[in-house]
Amino acid sequence: MATLYKNARLIDPSNETDVKGDLLVENGLIAEIGENITTPEGAEIVDCKGRILSPGIIDMRSHSVDSAAAAAGGITTVILQPNQTTLIDSDAVVERIRRRSEDGNSVRVYPMGAATQGMSGEQVAEIGQMQESGAVAFTDCNKAVSNPLVMRRLLEYSGYFGALIVQYAQDASLAADGFAHEGELATRLGLAGIPAAAEVIQIERDARLSELTGSPVHFALVSSREGVEAVRRAKAQGIKITCATAPHYLMLNDNALEGYRTFAKVLPPLRSEEDRLALIAGLADGTIDVMVSDHNPKSADVKRLPLGQAAAGIVGAETLLALTLSVVHSGKVELMTALKALISTPAQLLKLPYGTLKKGAPADLMIFDAEKPWRILSEEFKSVAKNTPFDTVPVQGQVWRTIVGGKTLFNQEA
Amino acid sequence: MASYPRAEISPPSGSLFPHKHLLGIWGMDPTSIKHLLDVAEKYVDQNRQAKKTTSTCAGLTQINLFFENSTRTLMSFEIAGKRLGMDTISMSTGTSSIKKGETLLDTAATLNAMHPDVLVMRHADSGAVKLLSEKMDCAVINAGDGRSEHPTQALLDALTIRRRKGQIHGQTIVISGDIAHSRVARSNIYLLNAMGARVRLIAPPTLLPVDVDRLGVEVYHRMDEGLEGADVVMMLRLQQERMNGAFLPSLREYYRFWGLTKEKLSVAKDDVLVMHPGPMNRGVEIASDVADDLDRSAIEEQVEMGVAARMACLDVLTRGLRGDE
Repeated sequence: MATLYKNARLIDPSNETDVKGDLLVENGLIAEIGENITTPEGAEIVDCKGRILSPGIIDMRSHSVDSAAAAAGGITTVILQPNQTTLIDSDAVVERIRRRSEDGNSVRVYPMGAATQGMSGEQVAEIGQMQESGAVAFTDCNKAVSNPLVMRRLLEYSGYFGALIVQYAQDASLAADGFAHEGELATRLGLAGIPAAAEVIQIERDARLSELTGSPVHFALVSSREGVEAVRRAKAQGIKITCATAPHYLMLNDNALEGYRTFAKVLPPLRSEEDRLALIAGLADGTIDVMVSDHNPKSADVKRLPLGQAAAGIVGAETLLALTLSVVHSGKVELMTALKALISTPAQLLKLPYGTLKKGAPADLMIFDAEKPWRILSEEFKSVAKNTPFDTVPVQGQVWRTIVGGKTLFNQEA
Repeated sequence: MASYPRAEISPPSGSLFPHKHLLGIWGMDPTSIKHLLDVAEKYVDQNRQAKKTTSTCAGLTQINLFFENSTRTLMSFEIAGKRLGMDTISMSTGTSSIKKGETLLDTAATLNAMHPDVLVMRHADSGAVKLLSEKMDCAVINAGDGRSEHPTQALLDALTIRRRKGQIHGQTIVISGDIAHSRVARSNIYLLNAMGARVRLIAPPTLLPVDVDRLGVEVYHRMDEGLEGADVVMMLRLQQERMNGAFLPSLREYYRFWGLTKEKLSVAKDDVLVMHPGPMNRGVEIASDVADDLDRSAIEEQVEMGVAARMACLDVLTRGLRGDE
């Protein structure tokens, strides 16, 4: 079983290479990379016609295993959040999820385990056992671990296992029952707001705790200028913190909620234009390490409600690459920087063997045309849910093929 | 949702009120507002006659759907509809019984199938009335949604001011109290701004939403500064249930600094008009002697104007349906 991908622009963000050439996959692994590779007998030959061939996206924040949607978005590894119907807070649940995703017909799925038991924020979860079973990081998902003592113990304990703690950067008390950015729009529409301070306070506290314990903290979704600045400051002091954001925070500001549009209801909320621009700058200069989809499919039943009652979240898997590339096409972020944030940095943070084109690495690949224009049409989503504020938005950059372990899971032409 | 063939309810072209619904004051042009006030003026006179009921809207059905408890607004709408000759049905239900939005949209479907001509709705969630209006064929009037808007309250307030002061343009109008949670404040800010008044807000910092100054108002925290030279003072009800939310230390302290007393009012113009949307907390946001001062207080008149303003809204919104203009 061999496939030769010819005439590709090979971009490997793990070592920042960008060359023209071929890539040979054998038995699910990258066997050869370079120019004019000899075609093994019986190998399938795929002419990439100059498209970019890179490792597949490792999506560090998904609320659902939506394999078809992920594959259509160039995602080869989905990191599942622990707030599932059965909470992921034990090794048994972790194992079950890992086993299910190893059938070879879906993208790879690795769960994050709950950081505290029952995501209650009170007792440290069984991090060691969950890690042994395949949990790649630990988080209480949409809840910050608010008790500073518990957070300290969590960092001390996870440090022993070399496990990454992922924190939701939002002070729960300040956020209270809010769901919109606290600003002019929320005031005008009469919406309960969440101040940007709720984010920066959490980041600054946890940066101190990271410094105290020496354990790294990763912030799941940064949404504000002040949040980016707090991360930048902490990094400059040598504190081991990293952070992610999602494309909707780069593309939209809180005006997207005008008319009580529930499809623009996400948490943390879409913030001001100033915040949006600061996030793009943060991605460009490396302050923001990771781009995630925050894929959260929701049915119309829970979205077609008054804004205050409607579920938060958007379907993000299929638009993650194209929307991230929008800041590349606008000249604000380098292509290599964007791809590192999508691919190699998550692999490094989670210590996964993917996210690289090194010989011998698993052949988890995506082939995409970075220039190709298309229009996001929610009705064409592979995801059953259609909740996106980007419906009909024109974008540039489309996935052509997604390959997991050498097997093509998505083919645009199929 | 099924859509049944029915008479066109859209306003006639060239109408002075080119809106299908009355969801809020935001975005409404001064001509539309003035038109509603002018029509309301006519109903003030009618309401003072012995025979108050006309057949203007005879044969039409008005449903009042209140998901929040209300006495005066519900009654005001009901009376307004009846005086126009409408068949009015009122349904009052707590938010606890119909909490889910699916039910809200299901309710919309059910009501729509009954072919009402006007639906008046109050709901605890901002934007809920707008959501429902998207599913209804008939005209929808917002009778208060969350902390968003309460447009008929703003219209009745404007009508009161216009009648007492001659005009709204150029008046210095103070809105004081719990601005943060008030839909009355928002609708009044938008309307008074649109009509050329100078709007001031007075409240403790905890009861003011962020960036409120960007709505075209002057913000004060001190009563003596905000009331200086005011033509009109609108007091808002302090929602006592919010006292536990770290917004204020006590009613006593609130009254000391933000309760409207004769003494505090003395820096306003001599002929200052005092208003309150009711129900009042006497001795909390307003002193009894100020509330009951017949020379200055327009509080009862506001209630009277409420019926007229709501009749105007019902009349204007059903004109397309009635083939009138």
